[in-house]
Amino acid sequence: MTTPHERPSVQGKRASLFVTCIVDMIYPHTGMSTVEILERLGVSVDFPEAQTCCGQMGFNAGYRDEAKAVAKQFIRAFGDSEVIVSPSGSCVAMVRDYYPQLFRDDAEWEDRALAVAARTWELSEYLVDGLGITDVGSKLPAPHTAAIHDACHGLRGLGLKQQARTLLSHVGNLTLIDLNGADQCCGFGGLFAVKMPEVSGAMLRDKVTNITACAADLIITGDASCLTQMNGGLHRAQSGKRVVHLADVLAGKVE
Amino acid sequence: MSLELKANAFQETAISAIGDIQLQTALDRGTTNSVNGRIRAMSEAEVTDAAALRAQARAAKLRALRKLPDLLEQFEAKVTARGATVLWAEDAAECNRHVIDIARRHAVKSIVKGKSMATEETNLNHALEEAGLKVVETDLGEYIVQLAGETPSHIVMPIIHKTREQVRDIFVDRLGMAPSDSPEEMTKFARGILRQEFLNADMGINGANFLLAETGHAVIVTNEGNGRMCSSLPRVHVIVAGIEKIVESVEDFGTLVQLLPRSGTGQRLTVYVHMMGGPARPTDPDGPEHMYIILLDNGRSRIRETDYAESLACIRCGACLNICPVYQNVGGHAYGWVYSGPIGAVVTPLLNGIHNAAPLPHASSLCGACKSACPVDINIPDMLLRLRGDLVKEGNTPRTLTAGIKAWATTMQSPRLYALAGGAAKVATRLARGKDGMVHTLPGLLGNWTQQRDFPPFAPKSFHQLWKERQSGS
Repeated sequence: MTTPHERPSVQGKRASLFVTCIVDMIYPHTGMSTVEILERLGVSVDFPEAQTCCGQMGFNAGYRDEAKAVAKQFIRAFGDSEVIVSPSGSCVAMVRDYYPQLFRDDAEWEDRALAVAARTWELSEYLVDGLGITDVGSKLPAPHTAAIHDACHGLRGLGLKQQARTLLSHVGNLTLIDLNGADQCCGFGGLFAVKMPEVSGAMLRDKVTNITACAADLIITGDASCLTQMNGGLHRAQSGKRVVHLADVLAGKVE
Repeated sequence: MSLELKANAFQETAISAIGDIQLQTALDRGTTNSVNGRIRAMSEAEVTDAAALRAQARAAKLRALRKLPDLLEQFEAKVTARGATVLWAEDAAECNRHVIDIARRHAVKSIVKGKSMATEETNLNHALEEAGLKVVETDLGEYIVQLAGETPSHIVMPIIHKTREQVRDIFVDRLGMAPSDSPEEMTKFARGILRQEFLNADMGINGANFLLAETGHAVIVTNEGNGRMCSSLPRVHVIVAGIEKIVESVEDFGTLVQLLPRSGTGQRLTVYVHMMGGPARPTDPDGPEHMYIILLDNGRSRIRETDYAESLACIRCGACLNICPVYQNVGGHAYGWVYSGPIGAVVTPLLNGIHNAAPLPHASSLCGACKSACPVDINIPDMLLRLRGDLVKEGNTPRTLTAGIKAWATTMQSPRLYALAGGAAKVATRLARGKDGMVHTLPGLLGNWTQQRDFPPFAPKSFHQLWKERQSGS
């Protein structure tokens, strides 16, 4: 794992948004929230339009050649970017932890892959560790009690835990409490969710049980994929609770 | 009791496990207690620097694996000098043959056994019974498993899948115990029976948690004391240990023995740490007349030469099983062989051939909890990913999935195709919406998504489109 302090400083640099395929297609408002937060903090943001996907789905299924082909599209799209920021711990972990492995001993691509990996940041990590910001100056329109679900790849892949908590502790109208089993997987796991639906579903029910028992009305997480799994389960269980993306909370966009 | 490999039936067994309420109750209790125990035992209040201790333990195991052949020979020389006999077993059959030969040589009829995963791996009990020998498991959990005609479902807690009431029924049915739910009563009852078995046995068999190259001792860490009865009461003693149990020095052992109980059962130290270094000397008041140590390879040397060598650093504490949300829901039997949970999903395909355990590398959400709980920091998710890669390389993957992934890769390499596919999916998911705005049924493989949860429709406009509008508007 590349640790932040080994990486080039992000201060004063333009940020390129890697929106991720899921946010692009299903939750574009979360991408807009990310842009708004960054611009409000004085960061100039661009959006390389050739971007598609990080390649994680194929990689996790064992299709390394196909994943590599998709990863090359990412490297081409972000080759000129100074800093790459993404509202997803999972996709960032793919780029940072697995691109170096995927392109090892590839004479043409390895250096480019390593350079892109070193410049890629998850949103909360970029704000807190990169820019040194703890308060993004936002406030929710109405009071909420919320709890964090620590998405696995951000937590155990990138080592992120305090960053989101620090930022959220300064958001107005928001009270943070603990979610039992906050660091336990929701059962998404990419294709795992459709290849082993019953096992994934059992893990999801454990998560829904914990969310239902929690006094929070909102669950906040940093990954749209886990959010899709958890909201799908909450909705199926006819729960009134919902999971929202960290970026939308930080932008004050949660009703 | 049979240990045929049933890993390819993972999904079917997992589904019935998920629906088994008694099993779920037992698993929930067992794994929760163990996870909490480990977290407490590894906390700052208990261990000054847990990260440093883990790093030290990992270094000790990896170093031992690097020096494996030399250390094993050193171990053999040391323990042989004290009168023990070391035998090498290339595979399970050779290991079992050694034990049967020893039994015949010493006119053994009755055998008591301490807990050993290596002998589960070789299916030793079955081989001994076929050879006409009586064998009794003396670890309480293993004894219950044997009475029930089952196999252990956890590396450390063989009967984690059983409730107290189920154990009571086994004792009542098989041994004629007067009905009681009290664990103390049941243990006392079993103890009475096992005591007689210890006294009658001609041979004791143990596994080993560690083999110390520096001194030539095999070490077991146990809580019941049955292991030392096996090693000291019968006149013949046999230890069966995987070759990866070797550690270089007493100092390395000192590091690892701190982590094994803390990670496995949440104890600072087990009740017994028992070191065995040879048969009884003339001056010893007790101990076996003959001692044999069988060093089992069974595929380990082969794994040591591959990218999966790190899997041999496992100290079999069970922490990755306890923390794993898949294991917590499906239990150990679903994995279809001796080793279960995340480490089982790695070593079962490696030891038995990947095609004989193809579902196991996929039986994970890759959440990484196993790696974070592992006392020697084995990168299990990375090995699962590489095993998935091996399955694809060897063509062991559904054709429809391969076709789907190829189409996905083509699409994702082209921003134009990506936009077109996104547009099509948008139309499809928006048409499939129910009155509440969510999608409840999807076709094909995606139907497996809606089997368990709802799906959100794609947004009316993608971020790509919103960004374009924003740029042209400003």
